[in-house]
Amino acid sequence: MSAAVEITGVDKTFDTRSGAVQALTGIDLTVEAGEFVSLIGPSGCGKSTLMRLIADLDEPTAGTVEVFGKGARQARLDQEYGIAFQSAGLLPWRTVAANVALPLELHGVASAARSTRVAELLDMVGLSDFADRYPDQLSGGMQQRVAIARALAEQPRLLLMDEPFGALDEMTREKMQSDLVRISAETGAAVVFVTHSIPEAVFLSDRVVVMSPRPGRIQEIVPMRLGAEAARAARTEELREERAFFDMVTAVREALHQGSPVGTAPRGLENR
Amino acid sequence: MAIATATRMGPKTETTFRVLAPVAVGVIVLGVWQFLVTVVGVSDYLLPSPASIIEEFIQFWESILSASILTGTNALIGLVVGSLVGIALAAIAARWRAVDQMSAPVVASLAVIPIVALAPVLNSMYGADSQFGRQAIAALASFVPVFINTLRGFRQTAPVHRDLMKAYAASSGQVLRTLTLPTARPFMLTGIRIASSLAVISALVAEYFGGPRGGLGGLISTSAASSAYARAWAYVVASIALGLLFYLVTLGLERMLQRHAPQARRRP
Ligand SMILES: Nc1ncnc2c1ncn2[C@@H]1O[C@H](COP(=O)(O)OP(=O)(O)OP(=O)(O)O)[C@@H](O)[C@H]1O
Ligand SMILES: [Mg+2]
Repeated sequence: MSAAVEITGVDKTFDTRSGAVQALTGIDLTVEAGEFVSLIGPSGCGKSTLMRLIADLDEPTAGTVEVFGKGARQARLDQEYGIAFQSAGLLPWRTVAANVALPLELHGVASAARSTRVAELLDMVGLSDFADRYPDQLSGGMQQRVAIARALAEQPRLLLMDEPFGALDEMTREKMQSDLVRISAETGAAVVFVTHSIPEAVFLSDRVVVMSPRPGRIQEIVPMRLGAEAARAARTEELREERAFFDMVTAVREALHQGSPVGTAPRGLENR
Repeated sequence: MAIATATRMGPKTETTFRVLAPVAVGVIVLGVWQFLVTVVGVSDYLLPSPASIIEEFIQFWESILSASILTGTNALIGLVVGSLVGIALAAIAARWRAVDQMSAPVVASLAVIPIVALAPVLNSMYGADSQFGRQAIAALASFVPVFINTLRGFRQTAPVHRDLMKAYAASSGQVLRTLTLPTARPFMLTGIRIASSLAVISALVAEYFGGPRGGLGGLISTSAASSAYARAWAYVVASIALGLLFYLVTLGLERMLQRHAPQARRRP
């Protein structure tokens, strides 16, 4: 079985009016099927760009991106991934249920099967009572959960998430993290997860990819000790208080600091 | 629960006020007007009294009704045709930049053409017994705001929504149906609301420049020409009512369909 994502020798340069911006250089990364990988690094190091390349929303300047053994474009056309953006990106004129149903609708799923699936998904993210509300009637965290339900609608084998919890308060955020761990364990999907938070990356991931800026590259890949897929479901709130958790937070922090002068925290990173 | 009631009360009192305030102003103005004519003694030729206008309105009710229907039909046909053409052309201009650039000067010149300049030309082109000239003028007047607003609406799709559609590998027809049209809808409706008043005014003013009789504009000018000023004013009142009717119907349509448009969002 081929890897979920196989990135080989990828460069990405943006041509802007003020000259070329080298966003990514020499990226090699493999994400196995069912693996949870987080991308972390200072602002502007190219995390979103890398995720957009996997999603074929942008094309690499050099190198190849393969998703389940196919080119990224083919994988997108075959709907191999589900995606959730930093802003929930719900359609404001559609109800919660209709937003979740959107991908199913676009891909011709019959109406009866659609409503069954939507009910299932809303139940999974705990929003069954809000099916007929409109996005502007929900809190930011609820909107984000709708976006996650939408990303999961077609049971993708790969889930791409760009700082989906960025706008949430700490309490909601921890709850959503536990939910995501549970959901990804249940569905067995591989996840590429962009975040600014070290504890979040550590809590969720099998491996944490630490990136550094100008030009964006991979600084280090830190394997998490509780990496086994089977153990993922066992990640509970208690983990956050365990010794091993803090050791891994420290490991990731040290990897991040390698790229920057001692004592100065990289910009845009949260240590909470 | 208390909060819900409070928020529901707010708009309600506001609506009541919005209806009552203009009515109060209207009653005061009419009162002062009637006072000027009957007590101060301003001549009936200079300023017919509200009472005499109402009298004429009742006496010529049937003719007023049929005139309103005739002018209203012209305005409606113009509004519908102008809006449809405006929306279709805006869709094409949004899709192909070249069309947009070609149409920009045409639309700009259409926007500044005064109705008075076109009306005599079209009226003589299409003959004395045709309503076509008036309908064409109403359509032209409606076209401009609908086109401009709709085109702007087509350009309002959010980058994150476009990315989403691309991620779903949606066809261009699907993107149009699920994203572009719903995004443009409030802009479209605003354009139609603006166009509705313009359509009535144009259809009415076009009647001043010949063509078949029987519309509100024609009757206003004949009444005024035969010194029946109170009757002329009665037709003017009917014209105002017709314009308001168009405006309120399109406003209602906009309110109804726009409840969950991006503009109406409470949270950013
Ligand atoms: N469309 C674009 N055009 C030009 N430059 C771009 C474009 N997209 C990204 N860049 C540049 O590429 C670099 C990486 O951007 P990217 O958005 O991937 O960073 P990021 O790691 O996601 O940052 P953040 O954590 O702030 O979201 C930045 O220097 C940015 O200015
Ligand atoms: Mg980013």
